[in-house]
Amino acid sequence: MQSPIELEISRRNLIVSSAAAVAVTGVAGKAAAQPAGRAMNLTTKLSFTVNGERRELDVDNRTTLLDALREHLHLTGTKKGCDHGQCGACTVMVDGRRVNSCLSLAVMHDGDQVTTIEGLGEPGNLHPMQAAFVKHDGFQCGYCTPGQICSSIAVIEEIKANIPSHVTGDLTAQAQMTAHEVRERMSGNICRCGAYSNILDAISEVAGIKA
Amino acid sequence: MRAFTYERASSVEAAAQAAAGNREAKFIAGGTNLLDLMKLEIETPTHLIDVNGLGLDTIEATPDGGLRIGAMVRNTDLASHEVVRRDYGLLSRALLAGASGQLRNKATTSGNLLQRTRCPYFYDTNQPCNKRTPGSGCSAIGGYSRQNAVVGVSDACIATHPSDMAIAMRALDAVVETVKPDGSKRAIPMADFHRLPGDTPHIETVLEQGEFITAVVLPAPIGGKQIYRKVRDRASYAFALISVGAIIQPDGTGRVAVGGVAHKPWRVEAAEAELPKGARATASILLADARPTEQNRFKVDLVERALGAAIAEAKG
Repeated sequence: MQSPIELEISRRNLIVSSAAAVAVTGVAGKAAAQPAGRAMNLTTKLSFTVNGERRELDVDNRTTLLDALREHLHLTGTKKGCDHGQCGACTVMVDGRRVNSCLSLAVMHDGDQVTTIEGLGEPGNLHPMQAAFVKHDGFQCGYCTPGQICSSIAVIEEIKANIPSHVTGDLTAQAQMTAHEVRERMSGNICRCGAYSNILDAISEVAGIKA
Repeated sequence: MRAFTYERASSVEAAAQAAAGNREAKFIAGGTNLLDLMKLEIETPTHLIDVNGLGLDTIEATPDGGLRIGAMVRNTDLASHEVVRRDYGLLSRALLAGASGQLRNKATTSGNLLQRTRCPYFYDTNQPCNKRTPGSGCSAIGGYSRQNAVVGVSDACIATHPSDMAIAMRALDAVVETVKPDGSKRAIPMADFHRLPGDTPHIETVLEQGEFITAVVLPAPIGGKQIYRKVRDRASYAFALISVGAIIQPDGTGRVAVGGVAHKPWRVEAAEAELPKGARATASILLADARPTEQNRFKVDLVERALGAAIAEAKG
């Protein structure tokens, strides 16, 4: 009969030899230069706050922030248009700044605060920008609208924060809340229905710009 | 997108070491260009090193009156910085002429320098491209070349560097600071940072494997009227057909760097000596060695006229 101690040793040898086999596989693969002894996985855990709620995910590293929101958290208000950062339909706020969620990896947002269209308002309690889009008919098909609204809110904040734009006249003066500024700053949000003039009307109302 | 392993770098040195000797490892900063290319499998790293958490996101004064811009400073923050707006207006203007508000909020200073060309054939994986697949040929030569380079080109590649920011950095004589995997540091002038295509268009900068950009340093401000003129197919959110970054002093002397015409920011110091004589004299030297295609010959005239407009604006 084996003693308990011998059993323990043989179990440990087994674990050691298994680890060695894993290490050899790693070297044979394409990860040879990775730091020794650190586990490298194709998935990563992250924890972030979405619309004020703490969320934990364990995702394939390839998952974009957009896909994490839509496919994992089922927040389908944020839309996938081009998936290449060209259309702006996926615009969300991360730590208060608008970004293209399609061009960012979910695993790079550990600890971040994300706000999507669902976090801005809800039926019966709309965000003023959402209400203005409805009032001014700032959409036709509506697909680009969540991105347009997130971007619109951020544009007003950016002008207030004195962030200049391509059309700002004097870089050393306070950025101005004008229709000209809003048009330039909204250029990263494409509307193929062409509702731009009504979108501008909606933003102008919320921003207090005279038409 | 191909599968990859992912790590958050714990220090600059650890980041450089993690990429040392592994051509399939890439640093990821803002990710706005890299992820786009990974989705198309033009970039296929097997390991990503996230370098966002290293504290390289500050802008500090240097002892000689310049600015040290951390590699992870976002384009929005750089363009909005009080000192940049006041003393390096060309840099603010160039940044604000590029991309969209959303992209500028993510894109970083070092990532901007390292972005890849938007040559349509580089993006079309069904077509030969020496930059994407070395030795496969260049589809742009003899193809749709309206957006491509006119100067510094080779028989292997006529791609342009797409950055607006880099044009300003070149005109301002910025210096790129790096750390190599062995811990050694170097300072690379913008003039030397990007390469011409030659017969190795896939090698775009002088960076070595694992070499990591920590900052871009601007020398003390040189004053003058600082103007960035970008000509493109849309009024906003489009890459340049050509762009002119000019710094014009009250006596008419100055500096000029041009974008959209070459594989790197295009600046010829001998041409700048002609600035007091005007745009034609300057552009004729600046683009003396131009080898345009039938489709992009217009860029040669466009550079001269945009420079003329910039000089007139400076005098105005």
